[in-house]
Amino acid sequence: MSLPALSSDITFNAVSKFSEPVVAAVEPVGQYFLAHATRTLQDRTWSEYERIKAEKASEEQSDDADDSDDFDEVTDEDLLKHDPRDWKTCDLYAVLGLNRLRYRATSDQIDRAYRKQVLTFHPDKQGEKGGFQDGFFKIIQKAYETLTDPTKRRQFESVDEAAEVKPPSGKYEFFEAWVPVFSSEARFSTKQPVPELGDKESSREQVEDFYKFWNNFDSWRSFEFLDEDVPDDTSNRDHKRYIEKKNNNARRKRKTEDNKRLSDLVKKAHSEDPRIKAFKQAEKEEKARKKWEREAGARQAAEEAKAKAEAEAKAKADADAKAHIEKAEHKKSKEAIKSAKKKSKRGIRNAVKESKYFGDDGKAALIDADIETLLGYYEFDELVSVAEKVEGASPEEVKNVLQESAKKSGKTFVYF
Amino acid sequence: MATIGIAFGNSTSSIAFVREDGKVDVIADPDGDRFIDSALSYVGSKEYHGAQAIGQLIRNSDNTVVNFRDFIGVPFDKIDATYSEHSAMPINVDGKVGYEINGERITVDEIAKRHLKHIAKDAEDYLGEKIEGVVMTVPFDFTKEQKELLTKISGEAGLHVLQLIHEPSSALLAHLSAKEELLDDKVYVVADFGGVRSDAAVIAVRGGIFTVLSAEQTSKIGGSELDSALMDFCAKDFKKKFKTDATTTDRSYAKLHAACLISKKTLSNVESAPVSVDSLAGGLDYHTSINRMRFEVVARNVFSQMAAFVEDVIKKAGLETLDIDSVLLSGGSSNIPKIARNMEFIFPETTTIIAPSLDSKLQNPNELNCRGAALQASLISSFDADEIRQSQEPDVISTKQLSQPIGVKGANGEFITLLPKNTVYPIKKVISLEASADDVLVELYEGKRTVKETVEEPEKDEEDEEDEDDEEDEPDIIREVVYVPSKLLGQLALKGAGKGKKVDVIINIRKEGKVQLTARAGSAVAKGVIV
Repeated sequence: MSLPALSSDITFNAVSKFSEPVVAAVEPVGQYFLAHATRTLQDRTWSEYERIKAEKASEEQSDDADDSDDFDEVTDEDLLKHDPRDWKTCDLYAVLGLNRLRYRATSDQIDRAYRKQVLTFHPDKQGEKGGFQDGFFKIIQKAYETLTDPTKRRQFESVDEAAEVKPPSGKYEFFEAWVPVFSSEARFSTKQPVPELGDKESSREQVEDFYKFWNNFDSWRSFEFLDEDVPDDTSNRDHKRYIEKKNNNARRKRKTEDNKRLSDLVKKAHSEDPRIKAFKQAEKEEKARKKWEREAGARQAAEEAKAKAEAEAKAKADADAKAHIEKAEHKKSKEAIKSAKKKSKRGIRNAVKESKYFGDDGKAALIDADIETLLGYYEFDELVSVAEKVEGASPEEVKNVLQESAKKSGKTFVYF
Repeated sequence: MATIGIAFGNSTSSIAFVREDGKVDVIADPDGDRFIDSALSYVGSKEYHGAQAIGQLIRNSDNTVVNFRDFIGVPFDKIDATYSEHSAMPINVDGKVGYEINGERITVDEIAKRHLKHIAKDAEDYLGEKIEGVVMTVPFDFTKEQKELLTKISGEAGLHVLQLIHEPSSALLAHLSAKEELLDDKVYVVADFGGVRSDAAVIAVRGGIFTVLSAEQTSKIGGSELDSALMDFCAKDFKKKFKTDATTTDRSYAKLHAACLISKKTLSNVESAPVSVDSLAGGLDYHTSINRMRFEVVARNVFSQMAAFVEDVIKKAGLETLDIDSVLLSGGSSNIPKIARNMEFIFPETTTIIAPSLDSKLQNPNELNCRGAALQASLISSFDADEIRQSQEPDVISTKQLSQPIGVKGANGEFITLLPKNTVYPIKKVISLEASADDVLVELYEGKRTVKETVEEPEKDEEDEEDEDDEEDEPDIIREVVYVPSKLLGQLALKGAGKGKKVDVIINIRKEGKVQLTARAGSAVAKGVIV
């Protein structure tokens, strides 16, 4: 069916609307009805709905892409001219053109790659072209034989150096450099799936699980593939046994080496892992914080004790100061008393002297002695009152006061 | 938790579910039957179900209930009890249909409930898990009340009905899903020849959406009419041989019926089958062999009624047999080769007849209903109840459909259909055409149906139906439906398409009726909108 040629000069010309629609009930069955219902209920146009559906479908099918482009052409001259007797030294994946897929190639992909290679390299085809590469065809067959047998494939993969990703060296970004290393090593794990290295945001648990897994890594890697061919003739049993023993030792040695290599690798990664560092740092901080929290009680007690001591010291200082002031005051008053006493005593003595010893100059020495005894006897108050009484008083009065107080004292006086 | 599909029929019921790999499995009951007889029989306090109940028809016909599905929700005075003559007769229970079983009056609702309980148990036993929801099929003429009642009864029987769907749609869905032909725009006749009734519907499939253009049902023709025809033949033969009437007692009737039923089924597969009944009547054994031709002759009447019935439904849709792209035969009786041959006869050669006798790879026509229901159940199982209910609201179901086909005019002036009549819009459709020149004209037309009659040598036309009809006097008059461009809707020029290159013509009709026409060839694109 074809479209007619354009005869007039138009771009678009809307002529009329289509005839009035009929309204009819449809049967509510089937996926297309449900799509219609969804469109109607969600009020979507056909294009919107299609887009949403396509997005969903593409999400589902993204893994399902055609992989025919994943096969490579074999161009390496050395490989093409490889001696088929030494097929074991070839890169069998490269032989089938699976350089990039390698251990990720599914059995279906291997089948298809093999068929493709057979079509290209079959001696008949090559004969037509003139280049006779019977040898390479044999290698292709060997490669297919090896890679389709699960046991043999593992043996080859164990020694597939091209698939190995060397641990990084020099300066590098941790995750960028280590993710391919671990994902490559993961293929040897008997336990699948293997936890992923993750990224900066991985939780501590994930990281710990990861290293725990790798520290207990159970590898199926083995090294039979590198065995020296055991002569299968029975002519020389001893030689055969010798070779077998040698092979076994070599395998064991390689396996041990490989285990060490892997454990070193994990150790290296662990020591460089910024997350581990971060976790350690966090742990340290956490510990410090915990300690700080734990000692909170003691610290509080100490603070309280200190405050108490300070308060006590202050109280003591206050008391001392007070005492000092009191003492000073006391001293002052004492001194005042003392000076008042002295003054009073002097007043009394002077009064006696001024009253000319009551007219008994001859007995001045006696009177003085009595006065001194009297003064020694007086209490401060009495002394002051006596001193006041005698001051400016007549000699008789002085004499009377003194005699009175002498009598009161009850002491023996010579004069009074 | 599982969702299943149940086809609840008058004669048999079947259960199907969608397996994890997307295939549909029909479940067998503990007796190994995939078509579980819709029958219940009571002996004392013991209840028999399915084939065991049918077995009871011989000795215990009065307490055996069959063919009760159509009585659900129908008042007693409106039922036709013809098919219950040789089993428990319906009685009037408070205006409803009921049965008297061992002196107890039981309504048909209760019978249906007990039957569905057995069905639910069979399904649960088979699947080993609880039934979460079911999609059940009902005839096209089931009323709203009947549907509501059936939903209620099912709920009481432990089956949560997610949706009730019509039998013809279900059968068509099952067939088209299995063939992956849902997106082919065709007009189908779904003819369901069941046990005691027949249904036919003309269904237009447009973009995977079904529209029933017309539907007919009758309880006058069905498998049991064929059984009767065969029984009449055998009874006459018996009478001729032994001078004894074998149809007078329910017991002899049941025996002969069972034997004829088996023979009828056998005849669908082989050319000849025995009918043999020990002690049919009067202690006399009956044994004969019947071939397919004989059967087709004795049941000729029924077969021609079936053909007429299908023609009627097409007429009711305002169509001719020419307009029908395919006839899908469903129901148990559709296994009979004669029915398929009759269909081939009444339809033109271009119409595909889908029947097991013509294509042995097809699914069993009796399983189509439950398979469709199972598919629908698995489709809606991811929706919640509210969404399912909403999707059945009138504003979703009643749609605007094109009353005339829309297409583009080809280089020779022919009409190339883009969207056939009855296409529900909004819709988007793409077809690829060839450019006859560097710059091409895309003319959007409405098509008009014309019938072209050509004598002898028909000119092969790829685009539409054609007909080859043998009329009595003139041997080769070819009648075919041809659509011709009638009303121009719009013209669109695509420049720089490149001669001989592929041009994609994309039509997109919006909800409001806006038509967007796009033509694309490589990087050359032209667009236009008709409002």
